[in-house]
Amino acid sequence: MDSITQLDKVKSTPWSGGRSPWSLEYGKIMMWFFLISDAFTFSSLLVYYGAQRFSKDTWPYPDHVFQSIPGIADSGYPLVFVGIMTFILIMSSLTMVLAVNAGHRGKKKEVIWWMVATIIGGFVFLGCQALEWSHLFHQGFNWGQIPADLNAFFLGEPSTIAAQQFANLFFTITGFHGFHVFTGVVINIIVLIMVINGTFERRGHYLMVEKVGLYWHFVDLVWVFVFTFFYLV
Amino acid sequence: MSVNNHSSEEHEELSVGKIWKVFFILLVLTVIEFIIALWVKPAGYFGNHALLIGNTIYITLTLIKAYYIVAYFMHLKYEKFGFQLALTVSFIFIIYFIVLMLIEGEFLNLHMVG
Repeated sequence: MDSITQLDKVKSTPWSGGRSPWSLEYGKIMMWFFLISDAFTFSSLLVYYGAQRFSKDTWPYPDHVFQSIPGIADSGYPLVFVGIMTFILIMSSLTMVLAVNAGHRGKKKEVIWWMVATIIGGFVFLGCQALEWSHLFHQGFNWGQIPADLNAFFLGEPSTIAAQQFANLFFTITGFHGFHVFTGVVINIIVLIMVINGTFERRGHYLMVEKVGLYWHFVDLVWVFVFTFFYLV
Repeated sequence: MSVNNHSSEEHEELSVGKIWKVFFILLVLTVIEFIIALWVKPAGYFGNHALLIGNTIYITLTLIKAYYIVAYFMHLKYEKFGFQLALTVSFIFIIYFIVLMLIEGEFLNLHMVG
């Protein structure tokens, strides 16, 4: 009767081989693991920023440092411009997830237009970032450089060390984030060209759009933290 | 390939309506942050502990936003539990590092000039 023993039976549990135990494609898993490593990099930068801030008695007051709307007002409007930037990035995250959704339904035209919208959002964000940076340069902030008169940026007695640490960390962290936005835009453009060429239509799935989508949402996620710790806290 | 047909079978959970809903949640949370920063805090509604209360609210809202982005936009909520675990457990190290470095910063504040 028992010609097949318990040991000979073919196992079909998720981890017994023959298929992806997480039912995820390899490239997507690797994208996630890359993002985890990237999260560690960003965390180390932000944690250092936190440690610096905790070690100083005073710190440049964000509402006094960031209060211009480039091209409209030089001062007096804290958080307005960065609010626009945050809104743009959330919007581009929305268009990206809609592109991924259109990809699941195999609608090539929709994927193209949502990806174009995402790329435009990315470029607008980078443009805003450049304006923000150039405004700070004009005020006298740069890596290793601070304005001669710091009274306008502090609530109490100014500290040159705190101002310098602030400038270095602001440009390093938003610069590293901006670099991520830039590479995200470049990868988005490459994938967009592949979508237009019909590469994924022939392949039968739009997994590549999903992967670049993961990267794009991660960039948005990092901005949520950068925004909180540089502009709000 | 065993995974070729997976994209068609398991992504029905995140509909276009749900995407818009998550987007509006993110938008509303951000708007709340702005209201606190531009109006509630300057008007002095938080009293003597404005910094502590404000920062606690900011960080809580930030973490909620992060959850919505990762869970829905990055689709992690619909992945297998083992995968969620593999990705999130490593954040114990980041939490440890945050606690470690902030204590160190506090120590420097007390014992170092400047």
